[in-house]
Amino acid sequence: MTISIGSRTGPRAAGPPGPPAPRRRARTVLARWDVKFSPYLFVSPYYLLFFLFGLFPMGYTVWVAMHDWELLGAHEFIGFENFRLVLADPQFWNSVRNTLAMFVIATVPQLLLALVLANALNQRMRARTLVRMGVLVPMITSIAAVAIVFSQLFSRDFGLVNWVLGWFGPEHLDWAARRWTSWLAISVMVDWRWTGYNALIYLAAMQSIPRDLYEAAAIDGASRARQFWTITLPMLRPTIIFTAIVSTIGGFQLFTEPLLFGNGDMAGGSLRQFQTVTMYMFENAFRRFDYGYASAVSWMLFMLILAGSLLNFAWLRRVGGGAK
Amino acid sequence: MLRSHRRLASGLVSAAVLALGLSACGGDGGSGSDSTVTLTVDTFSTFGYEELFKQYEADHPGIKIKHRNVVQLDEYLPRLEQWIAAGSGAGDVVAIEEGILTKFMAHPDKFVNLLDYGAGSLQGNFLDWKWKQALTPDGKYLVGLGTDIGGLAMCYRTDLFKKAGLPTDRDKVGKLWPTWDDYIATGKKYAGAVKDSKFVDGSVNLYNTILAQAASQSVGYTFFDPSGKLVAGSNPAVKSAWDTTLKIQQAGLSAGLKSFEPSWGSGFKQAKFATIACPSWMLGVIKENAGAGAAGKWDVAAIPGGSGSRGGSFLAVPKQSKHAEQAAELAKYLTSVNSQIVAFKARNNLPSSPQALDDPAVKSFKNEYFSDAPVGEIYAAGAKAVKPLYLGADNNPVGQRFEDALLALEQGRLAPGAAWKKALADAEREAR
Repeated sequence: MTISIGSRTGPRAAGPPGPPAPRRRARTVLARWDVKFSPYLFVSPYYLLFFLFGLFPMGYTVWVAMHDWELLGAHEFIGFENFRLVLADPQFWNSVRNTLAMFVIATVPQLLLALVLANALNQRMRARTLVRMGVLVPMITSIAAVAIVFSQLFSRDFGLVNWVLGWFGPEHLDWAARRWTSWLAISVMVDWRWTGYNALIYLAAMQSIPRDLYEAAAIDGASRARQFWTITLPMLRPTIIFTAIVSTIGGFQLFTEPLLFGNGDMAGGSLRQFQTVTMYMFENAFRRFDYGYASAVSWMLFMLILAGSLLNFAWLRRVGGGAK
Repeated sequence: MLRSHRRLASGLVSAAVLALGLSACGGDGGSGSDSTVTLTVDTFSTFGYEELFKQYEADHPGIKIKHRNVVQLDEYLPRLEQWIAAGSGAGDVVAIEEGILTKFMAHPDKFVNLLDYGAGSLQGNFLDWKWKQALTPDGKYLVGLGTDIGGLAMCYRTDLFKKAGLPTDRDKVGKLWPTWDDYIATGKKYAGAVKDSKFVDGSVNLYNTILAQAASQSVGYTFFDPSGKLVAGSNPAVKSAWDTTLKIQQAGLSAGLKSFEPSWGSGFKQAKFATIACPSWMLGVIKENAGAGAAGKWDVAAIPGGSGSRGGSFLAVPKQSKHAEQAAELAKYLTSVNSQIVAFKARNNLPSSPQALDDPAVKSFKNEYFSDAPVGEIYAAGAKAVKPLYLGADNNPVGQRFEDALLALEQGRLAPGAAWKKALADAEREAR
């Protein structure tokens, strides 16, 4: 990054080889340019990288999606045929259904739990920093390790969860075999990892709420619960929208957890019961080597995320709208 | 901080790593300073080449060998295909499993013609069908040299057989099951006597083995006929292997484990099944999974239903190699009769060379882990009778759909008829 700044600002330091007489004018021009353009240069490394690794691949994906693009062999232009096939592909819609279901099962309890957790962490208590940092531990644990541990917990023959369940009734429940059980197991994995993270964001937002609001409410005789509902929650609205959108983006791109839950099975179970859209995209790209089709799937995913985020945004604005 | 940012960041990191990796690969030709040539060899699973590499380096002072190994074939294949398609990244010598060879045979120009490097005189060192598999139909372009083949046997646990009152001697065990029906009958006896373990590991490994066997004994192809047409629905071998597997499943003999999954591994450790169909390369896998605790408890008997081959590989030199000549020499060395014997002793990879199969060192080889079973004799006996098996370019994904359907059956999620229909429909999708 520093290199690119240096090279971009290089010409300014050297100065254009103008005639020596109007040197002062040249200098003022340079000074003006400095003020005008330097900020852009300073932020440019991010945008350069974004262009290189973000925007360009996105655009190129459109191009690839319009081809019958096999890894080995010819690349034949077929227009929107891939998109048409994706829209009529039951395997694709199955993956959409799985993704949406796991998104709802995972995200709703996760954000609610995070809110409760943040509220609890906001109280006075012993070793507060330690406890607050503690909720981040799942975050810093390698996701692969988390997934491996959880898939062992949920394993059919020797899993801890089945062992405990065995005391009450069902024995050797095959979590991966059914839709609901696999969704549940994967959602637990996701929540374990992200609840603490969201709680910490909520906590930060809670601490920026002015204390005097609570004091005034307390003087007016508002209970703790009442304070939470009428002060904390409305003041958190922008933060909640933020976490909801970030969770939408993350949830729609769910990949590692279900993949490792199925022990690397890109099809997501014997009947594709937990194959997410990203897994389906990956399967088309790196198992079937049909890059054109995979690119079309990835664009559909992009549209889905966009639609999901907008819906979320609109809904949360409306829900929180009347509160203030 | 955001999830998406973290994704981006990790993407950047992996891109950087990739770039480094690529430049490192590209740089393997950067040996201009001295005359040392570094040859990169890409393999998957275990080939048993460690000793051979050392020997080759000692014999050829100007050559250094860099060995890159990927354990899982499923991970190795996409990488290899990408390297070959991109025209960079592949090693100088690459291992090609027979399942993907067909795909590469459609693009022989991606590899050097080994006939140009004097491999033609070696034809007699290989089983005829193995040689022809990597040769273009016009006989002018040789893509790869055979390493091993996957001769078939049935591995069983003597301690569990004893518990069930079955014979434990490998000859007697082999006589228990000349056919798969006899195997099922034995399994029922086993299930009657032993309750805390099943007779066989699972449908996936069983089906793949029976399919390879049934197909090579009959039509000589599996899901695709030699013209590349999907014939999964009409090939009697595909259906008969399915039916046999189903019968074993419905007799309640299967532990329902999917090969190469962690639960399969723990199944070995916990002695959850008594038999497993074992192509020669499976011996190393069993030893690795069952661990030292099961040493001497496993043994190897003849497979029901007669000879066959499942799996096996080739060595090829990608066109992109900067040291094609040295690489071709190395490939010739690694697939020589002597090297195949060394690899067999190291990892029990069954030689694809008739001379090696006949070699006393192979024939008399006993595997200590498997109760001193004369594995050389057991596998070599059927190996030369094996008939070639044609696998289509999309053999891997189609096979996986059949595995999925069998798993769904085993999980009780599909009825037999529906599972068969689903497998066929999904196969159509994969072959599209």
